[in-house]
Amino acid sequence: MIGDHLIEISPGLVIILGALLVPLLRSQMRRIWMLALPVIVFFYVLTLDHGQHGVITVFDLELTTLRVDRLSLIFGYIFTIALWLGVIYQLHVKGWLEQVAGLVYAGSAIGAVFAGDLVTLFLFWEGTAIASVFLIWARGTEHALSAGMRYLVVQVGSGVLLLAGTMIHYGQTGSIAFESFDIETTAGLLIFISFGIKAAFPFLHNWLQDAYPEATVTGTVMLSAFTTKLAIYSLARGFAGTEILVPIGATMTAFPIFYAVIENDLRRVLSYSLNNQLGFMVVGIGIGTELSISGAAAHAFCHILYKALLFMSMGAVLHRVGTVKGSELGGLYKTMPWTTAFCIVGAASISAFPLFSGFISKALIISAAMKEGYFWTWMVLLFASAGVFHHSGIKIPFFAFFAHDSGMRPKEAPLNMLIAMGITAALCILIGIFPGPLYAILPYDVTYHAYTVEHVVTQLQLLVFSALAFTVLMRTGLYPPELHSTNLDFDWFWRRGGRAVIRQAQAIWVGAYRGFVAGSWRRVGVLIEGLYENYGPDGPLSRTRPSGAMALWVSVLLTGFLIFSYI
Amino acid sequence: MSIYSEPTLDPNDVPRAKKGEPARWFDHKRNVNKIVYGVYGFSAFLLLIDPLIHKHGPFAIEHWIGFYGIYGFVGCVFLVLAAKELRKVVMRPEDYYDR
Repeated sequence: MIGDHLIEISPGLVIILGALLVPLLRSQMRRIWMLALPVIVFFYVLTLDHGQHGVITVFDLELTTLRVDRLSLIFGYIFTIALWLGVIYQLHVKGWLEQVAGLVYAGSAIGAVFAGDLVTLFLFWEGTAIASVFLIWARGTEHALSAGMRYLVVQVGSGVLLLAGTMIHYGQTGSIAFESFDIETTAGLLIFISFGIKAAFPFLHNWLQDAYPEATVTGTVMLSAFTTKLAIYSLARGFAGTEILVPIGATMTAFPIFYAVIENDLRRVLSYSLNNQLGFMVVGIGIGTELSISGAAAHAFCHILYKALLFMSMGAVLHRVGTVKGSELGGLYKTMPWTTAFCIVGAASISAFPLFSGFISKALIISAAMKEGYFWTWMVLLFASAGVFHHSGIKIPFFAFFAHDSGMRPKEAPLNMLIAMGITAALCILIGIFPGPLYAILPYDVTYHAYTVEHVVTQLQLLVFSALAFTVLMRTGLYPPELHSTNLDFDWFWRRGGRAVIRQAQAIWVGAYRGFVAGSWRRVGVLIEGLYENYGPDGPLSRTRPSGAMALWVSVLLTGFLIFSYI
Repeated sequence: MSIYSEPTLDPNDVPRAKKGEPARWFDHKRNVNKIVYGVYGFSAFLLLIDPLIHKHGPFAIEHWIGFYGIYGFVGCVFLVLAAKELRKVVMRPEDYYDR
């Protein structure tokens, strides 16, 4: 359809341009515009035909701004849906900074998903970094300011690696097409690391747990949807079947959940579990079969919804209580019953309970791992599945809404938040019960039956026995209490270690600088003394002579000149 | 109108429970016990029906009776106890990075 149109503009760009109108509009009009924009773009995405569109030539480079295929479409759909839900959740916010930042951020992510070449990808890639940091800074606290700065450095750094990889790739192959890359080439490796930073690979992950919990109530909901899933899309596009992704992904599923168990800030717990969920997708991409890549895309789709739902429910708590520290909360179900219910739906979905969305998407990845004979990976994924139920499925709702009564009786969440949570929860359940439509839009045709007796029962066994473990540990008092704390993670190396290195470097530089300055002053001193000797008041060049002498010498010169001209 | 979002609420300003508030269902220990026994009962049920389930997976360990349940239970206990040990290594005061 679009081929007949004159305009072949990236849906991402439509949102970015639409965002620029937001500050100009007044309250009610602005709300209507912000709600309409994702809907318009969603239907625009629905009309897109497969193929390469929007080709423009810039400095001999052919940019494909709109590449449409099944892989880009599924991410296009879910990104616009997530934006719409995020906007509803954000409606009570009055300041335009977050509103514009959210739209530009989502628009950049959507633009990146439809980018057919690396240069377009890079531009939108940096767009997501720069727009999203305002969702963190808008919180206005000192922690948010510094966490945002660290976040920005990491995100822009990822873009710089992408640009470097792109340039080397172009130099070697003469192509900037965003297709699959070989990790064994320098360019491929640079691009891989760039994607890996955004996908929160082990040791590159801390920006996520550092920044997301510091963002605004509504900002974290937006953040949770786009950046990391853009990275998942990019990995699926560029590095499908890259073997190393399997152990990387498996580590991601298992490693963050230990931190999630002991973390007190519940939005930080969710950030750790977000990291764990990305691991499943990365494993799926690494296995590289049609089933596993479709599984990664399906899981990204479901994950965006239930993770947003969980962040929404914790955001509602933060909005009404002013904190999401597990140690401070408890008993909130009494006055926030709807938020509690929606949170439980999100928790059941992320835990992959039958009839909830996580069940039908994670299964694709796990069964692909089984089919391809990845025994240890499969064992780790099962462990991580049990663990995610434990720390996200139980811990989040339990410590926030139940546990010991904190005595706090906050109001229920604002209506717009409840509506956003309600729609998201409904989607989680609908996808869980009727997975057909989602399976139909996956990158490859898969025939998979999630609801077999075997699958339902084994999954229930895994989950119910995890709940049993939680119950037993709680009853015996072995479960670690929620404590005010900072848990050191890999970011220590730059936040503390890095600071020490900088202090050391600073000491060296300051020493060198002082030495240089002192040396320079000495040299300058010598120079000034020399100048003073010649040009100073007593120097030979500044002696005063009477002007009569000058007149005499001039007349001598003129006389000499006269004589010589007559000879 | 500020371009920033509203500042976060102070937890001390949140309304508190009033005296003589009627007790809710979860406030009674016996009701909590009902849920706990429900979990015990359901676990036992799932373990009992395990031999009736025909498993198709390629890995031998999956065919052990009660594998998924036992693995989930052991996995979670390990997770929590290991995380408790991890606390000894990584836990610092809340304002660690602010100092």
